[in-house]
Amino acid sequence: MKIIVCIKQVPDTTEVKIDKETNTLIREGVASVINPFDLYAIEEGLRLREEHGGTVTVLSMGPVQVIESLREALSMGADEAILLSDRAFAGADTLATAYTLSKAVEKIGAFDLIICGKQAIDGDTAQVGPELAEMLEIPHVTYVRRVHGIASGQITVERMTEEGSEKIRFPLPGLITVVKEINEPRLPSIKGKMRAKKAEIPVWSASELGTDPEKTGLQGSPTWVKKVFTPEQKGGGEIFEGEIEEQVAKLVRRLRETKIV
Amino acid sequence: MSIRVIEDKCIGCRLCVAVCPLGAITIVEKKARIDLDKCNLCGVCVSECEKFEAIEIIRHAEHAEHAEHAEHAEHAGHAEHAGHAGEKEAAGDKEGYQGVWVFAEQKEGTVAGVTLELLGEGRKLADKLGTVLSAVLLGNSMEQAAQELIAYGADRVYLADSPQLADFLEDPYAEVLTELCREYKPAILLLGATTIGRSLAPKVAARLRTGLTADCTGLAIDGETKNLLQTRPAFGGNLMATILCPNHRPQMATVRPRVFPPAKRDENRTGEVVRYDYSTRRLLQRAELLEVIKAAGTTINLAEANIIVAGGRGLCDQKNFALVEELAEVLGGAVGASRAVVDAGWIPYAHQVGQTGKTVCPKIYIACGIHGAVQHLVGMQSSELIIAINKNPEAPIFNVADYGIVGDVLEVIPALLKEIKKARGEA
Repeated sequence: MKIIVCIKQVPDTTEVKIDKETNTLIREGVASVINPFDLYAIEEGLRLREEHGGTVTVLSMGPVQVIESLREALSMGADEAILLSDRAFAGADTLATAYTLSKAVEKIGAFDLIICGKQAIDGDTAQVGPELAEMLEIPHVTYVRRVHGIASGQITVERMTEEGSEKIRFPLPGLITVVKEINEPRLPSIKGKMRAKKAEIPVWSASELGTDPEKTGLQGSPTWVKKVFTPEQKGGGEIFEGEIEEQVAKLVRRLRETKIV
Repeated sequence: MSIRVIEDKCIGCRLCVAVCPLGAITIVEKKARIDLDKCNLCGVCVSECEKFEAIEIIRHAEHAEHAEHAEHAEHAGHAEHAGHAGEKEAAGDKEGYQGVWVFAEQKEGTVAGVTLELLGEGRKLADKLGTVLSAVLLGNSMEQAAQELIAYGADRVYLADSPQLADFLEDPYAEVLTELCREYKPAILLLGATTIGRSLAPKVAARLRTGLTADCTGLAIDGETKNLLQTRPAFGGNLMATILCPNHRPQMATVRPRVFPPAKRDENRTGEVVRYDYSTRRLLQRAELLEVIKAAGTTINLAEANIIVAGGRGLCDQKNFALVEELAEVLGGAVGASRAVVDAGWIPYAHQVGQTGKTVCPKIYIACGIHGAVQHLVGMQSSELIIAINKNPEAPIFNVADYGIVGDVLEVIPALLKEIKKARGEA
């Protein structure tokens, strides 16, 4: 099994504080981490490798500091990591990102399975995985909560839906995006950390990937950000006082006024 | 293409420094300086500097010019660089594209609630553009549902019919939807931001090589350019972004369920049904749906729930979670949970609200014994009305609450149940 896991580096929200005056995120000086959903993707890759043999390659696109996240993935046990980094990739929307990743996957060569996290916690789009699959002309299934098995070139997975789940089987090579329920990511081992520290992580640029400049970065992005703004803050809420019975009675009265109960 | 600070306009106010998610901006000699090795051109600083207009993103010269003046020339300009056939679509002859389309999602023959919301919003957009609103319905023997879509506001329904389309699977659905888009060239294509919509939309967008905006909560038409203004939350709603897709068509967006009211039904409305029989053609179908597993017990469709009662660690013990379930049942709502109690195994992951769970926006969200870590808040703070019950008056959940009760949740819920029954005249 040749497994490729795509990860994204995002600001660490456990460190993000909210500015109480403006109700905005204070992001200055916030550390970067591997997108939480991508940890489940890495873990699933490692588990499938342990079961079926093969290798796990971790792939990411971003500025040079993303190397740190790739080292973390290596310390968890991934076999190799590759960074796609070039000024030409900056400002990419999901389509341009998926295109750039697809060129890297083509350069890597034959593979069996690509695993992505369900979505990144900064953009929340959940689009890069399916778009990447389409560009590679391979099938995909989103929101996978369980891999039931891989046999004779087919993978059977369970997708989370609004009402429950669906069991789906499809041929490899393919792509899945995974949710948190799928596993419990391992912590890096000391040995893994040592290995990751020494590992060489190749950085592939636009010229090495042979990407079309019209399809990467800001230039290759059909969507443009017109404006970013802080949503209007709600007025202060009403916190009741007094004995519990009193507070509850007040609440129900308020709800009745709005005809909710 | 790059970004630059216009030094004459910059007053060194540091607003951009604070908002830059990558820490790429510093102030040097009272002027902002952007480290291009760190910057990813996200544009947050440009918006933040609205007042001074001291930061600008410089797009490809040719591109910018086309965007503003010569839309026709755009096509030719792109085609020159196009690598292979099919690429012409990427440029998108915008003039040929018109009409607003809504993908009508169905499961087991029942049209999803979000589709009716999209028809309501799509109707407004179509009227603003003076164009036709169409619904695209894929399924097996869906004739009656097609008529319903007309009653809910569609002028036209493209009905693709085949047993192969009975259940959603990415391959056949993307094939049919892409084909219809290529044939009829809609200017706008809206899908629900559901499990189906968020898997199908990116596949179709990649195939059409057009832009797609995820999980929108606001849609409008730019009066001048007629472009679709797509507004969506980022960072769990702490930031909002308005996205454009100026040079590619269709402009695609998935739209968050429950944000827009459903369209009003009018059975006297008339419309046209354009039928496509796909039953005689073999559609690409690499995946096979083996089994549909319905979750037992309490409803877990948090995205469609009007009321969500969510429980957290303040309940102290798994057995007390029954209180949350009872309150949800009495109010006719769904059950949610914080990450802490899901991780503790009190309730399945499908109920988890928050950053690594689900993002919800019900009419009423009742947080019972939930402290309100930022990761939880980003998943529920856009709810219409938030009621917080917590014994710690300093808990951050109260910062987003419309109403708050300070007290032990184990005492408050029973009291609340009693009071509700009393109010309803049941006790």
